[in-house]
Amino acid sequence: MNMKLVHRKALYVLAVTLSVALLNGCGSGKENASDSGDLVTIDSLEIDEQLIQDVKTVKEIFYSLPSPLETAMILKQSGAKYNEELLNPTDNTSRYVTNKSMALNLGIYTTDLSYASLFDQTQATINYMNASKKMAEGLGILNAIDEDIIERLEANINNRDIIMDIISETIMNSSSFFEENDRQAMSTIVLVGGWVEGLYIATNLVGPDADFRNNELVNRIIDQKLTLGTMISLLEENSDNEDVKNVMTNVNELKTIFEKIEVTTSKIEPVTDEETKVTTLKSETTISMSPETYNELKEKVKVIRSNYIL
Amino acid sequence: MKRIYQILIILTVLALIPFHGKSQCKSFAKKVCKLELTPYIHDGNFNAAILTEGEDAELYKTFYAGQNYRIYICGSDALPDIEFQVLDVNRNVLYDNRKNNYSRLWDFKLQSSQQLIISLRVKNSEGETDELVSGCVAIMFGIKEDK
Repeated sequence: MNMKLVHRKALYVLAVTLSVALLNGCGSGKENASDSGDLVTIDSLEIDEQLIQDVKTVKEIFYSLPSPLETAMILKQSGAKYNEELLNPTDNTSRYVTNKSMALNLGIYTTDLSYASLFDQTQATINYMNASKKMAEGLGILNAIDEDIIERLEANINNRDIIMDIISETIMNSSSFFEENDRQAMSTIVLVGGWVEGLYIATNLVGPDADFRNNELVNRIIDQKLTLGTMISLLEENSDNEDVKNVMTNVNELKTIFEKIEVTTSKIEPVTDEETKVTTLKSETTISMSPETYNELKEKVKVIRSNYIL
Repeated sequence: MKRIYQILIILTVLALIPFHGKSQCKSFAKKVCKLELTPYIHDGNFNAAILTEGEDAELYKTFYAGQNYRIYICGSDALPDIEFQVLDVNRNVLYDNRKNNYSRLWDFKLQSSQQLIISLRVKNSEGETDELVSGCVAIMFGIKEDK
C-alpha cells in the first residue's frame, strides 16, 4: 500500500484522532458502522474547544506511486510490445525467502502479471498470478490471492475487463493488508519492485536505434523522474526499516542518473470538453537526454533488477 | 490537569479496545467506492483514512500522458460535503469541485505527464453542534485504456 500518514501534532492530538477512528470501528456513534456509512459521534467525550481545534488542523499526507497495473497500462499505451523473455521466470519463486525479496518480487510478479494480461497472454497470466500468490502467502498476506481468485481468473481468462478487475483487487488486498497491519515499509518495497520491473521492461523494449525525440516509450521512461521524488518521500517516511534503507540506496543511484535529464514543462491549462466532461490538462514538455545518460540508466536498472530477482 | 486526564482516558481506551477503523475503511473502499470508478479500472492502490469534519489531506501522485484518469473522492454518507482541488506543483488550482456542486469525481487526461496534488477537506457541519462527525474517506484512481 502506497499510503503514509503524517501526524503533525502532539501525542494527545494523535490519541484523539485515533480514538475517533477507533470509536468509528466499534460502531459506537449514532449508527452502527457499516460498509455504506461510518458515522461517528464523540459526544460522550468532554473535549474542550482547543482540543477540537487541534484535531481539525491535523493534516494527512499520502504519497501515491504507480501501481503495477498502472505501470503495465502505461507501457502498453506507449506502444510497448510483449516480450516474455524480459519477465522474471516464475520458476524463481523458490529463491525468495526473506521479507524484502518476497516484497520486491511481489511487486515484480504483479507487474509481469499485469503486463501479460494486457497483452492477452492467458497462460502467462495464470502463471504470474500463481507466482504472485506465493509471494503474498510468504509475506503472510491472508486472502490477498486465494483459491477463489485463481478459479475466477481461470474461468474468465478470455475476458480482459474481468481479469483487470481481479488484478486490481489483488493489488488492493495486498496494499490494504500492509496498511491495516502497520507494515507500510513492506508496502513501499512492493511498489518499488513493481516500478523497477516496469523500468526494466521499458528500457529493454527501446531499440538501440530509436529516435529519442519522438518515442513515447522513452518519454514515459523519462517521466519516471517525476515519480522518483514521490518515491523518495515515501521511502523516507519508512527509513527506520533496514530493508527500506537498502532499497533507498538503489533509488538514490537512479536519482543521480535521472538528474542528468533535463525536463521543462510549460504552465498547465485545463480545457474541459463540454460534451464528454473530460478535462485535458494542456502543457508542453521539453526533454533533453543524451544517449550516454540513457544507456547509463538502462544499465543501472538492469543491475538493480538483477539483484532483486536474485 | 483536566487535559491530562482526557489524554489518559483516551490512551486507556486505545489500549483496551481493538482497532477496526482501517479494516472498515478498506471494506468501504472496496465495496462502495470502487464501483463508482466504472468504466475506469481501479489502479489497485489503497488511499484511505478516517477523517473528521474540518480535517484536510493531500495526496501527491504523478499522472502520465496518454492515460485517461478518473479521480473519485469517496466519503461516508455521514460526512458533510468534501471539498477537493487538483493543484499543480506550484499549487495553481486546476480543478475545484466547489465550482461543480461538490462533485466527487473528475475525469481528465494529460498532454504531458505531471506531478499533481489532490487536496481535500471535509467541511464542517452546518449549524452549531457539540458533536464531531468522522468517517472513512478514500481517494480512488481509475485508469482507462484507449481502445
